Amino acid sequence: MRAALLVIVSVSLMTLDHRQHHLEGIRAGLSVVVYPLQYLVDLPFAVAGWASENLATRTTLLKENSELREKQLTLQFKLQKFNALESENHRLRSLLQSSSRKWERVLIAELLQVDFDPFRHMVQLNRGSNDGVFEGHPLLDAHGVLGQVMHVSPLSSSAILITDPSHAVPVQVNRNGLRTLAVGSGDAGLLDIPHLPNNADIEVGDLLITSGLGLRFPPGYPVATVSSIEKDPTEPFATISATPLAHLKRTREVLLVWPASEEAEE
Amino acid sequence: MRTVHHQGGWIIFLSFIVALMLTLIPLPDWAAYLRPEWVSIVLIYWCMALPERVGVGIGWVAGLFLDVIHGAVLGQYAMTLALIAYFTLNLHQRLRVYPMGQQALVVLLLILFQQLVLIWIKGFIGESPESLRYWLPSLTTMLLWPWLFVILRDLRRHYRVR
Repeated sequence: MRAALLVIVSVSLMTLDHRQHHLEGIRAGLSVVVYPLQYLVDLPFAVAGWASENLATRTTLLKENSELREKQLTLQFKLQKFNALESENHRLRSLLQSSSRKWERVLIAELLQVDFDPFRHMVQLNRGSNDGVFEGHPLLDAHGVLGQVMHVSPLSSSAILITDPSHAVPVQVNRNGLRTLAVGSGDAGLLDIPHLPNNADIEVGDLLITSGLGLRFPPGYPVATVSSIEKDPTEPFATISATPLAHLKRTREVLLVWPASEEAEE
Repeated sequence: MRTVHHQGGWIIFLSFIVALMLTLIPLPDWAAYLRPEWVSIVLIYWCMALPERVGVGIGWVAGLFLDVIHGAVLGQYAMTLALIAYFTLNLHQRLRVYPMGQQALVVLLLILFQQLVLIWIKGFIGESPESLRYWLPSLTTMLLWPWLFVILRDLRRHYRVR
């Protein structure tokens, strides 16, 4: 009797959650309860990381320091030009009277070392709505786009990676501006590009960047490089796969990006 | 006559907490598909051993937390765990006198049933896993049953959970 009742409740929960997304509040509440568990599971990994940082020898630290110094120098060199280019771009856009949406503010979040369903590609972040994280928040790492936030609770949030089979990123080919979608393949190191015809101008090695269409991801960030193209004349579309640039499995620190225009409105 | 004296509830609570944590612990890629359904077997054990204490309701709540942990649509694990509890409660008297091997087979059937319902729901939502590896956890859970049974039984006896 009670079982039948609970089955009915569950089915209605599933419909409400899936169709209307009314239950984010309940999920957020439950997430707060679950967070200590996730934190506890993550703790040994965090301690190990802390220990390896603190117990590093002087020589390795010096070596790392000089490497970082070199890296910073080259990055700063690149930035010199970037500032000028950005203001020029801005000026040109205002001449054309087209607005450019700026995505500026960045927050560093840490991934908790916890597992989800192995068939979904999701990660848990240690930042939540208390830090201003919102649903659909774009997630990047130092190399490219990682994914977007799916569920937010006050202290933590879970994000879906671009390789999840139910995820798609609007991208464009950096070389010629050809726009398409990069859909997750369910394989950790692969994206599918299913909607390009056989005669599309795309080559192996092409860089795919976010196009900014769909208004979820900031435009112009690297997503993937095209790794293989198969053109079968009997098929309407080419079979194209791409390798994500972000280190999906290896990063611990990720970046959350805010649109700057939204800050101005607030 | 019936002076049922509940005690040791914290052991039950703790076993579910540990099961949830084991569900969260990161495994290497090759083992991720083998992760046993920890919460399900802990629930099966308690429903069998203490049917008057652990039942459909507790299973449902544990399932709801499992939904949040898996980032799944709310209610799918809750529903399957409530059903598992329901079947185990119906079977508990027979299950208790079965030899270990036969118990493990029943566990296999229960977990297979759970996975069947889950894949059915996931199919509805449009995120059904297209790999036979999806069914592996039922096997690992079955293999795990004898050990888990002994551990939880000893815990129950030692702390006189009633």
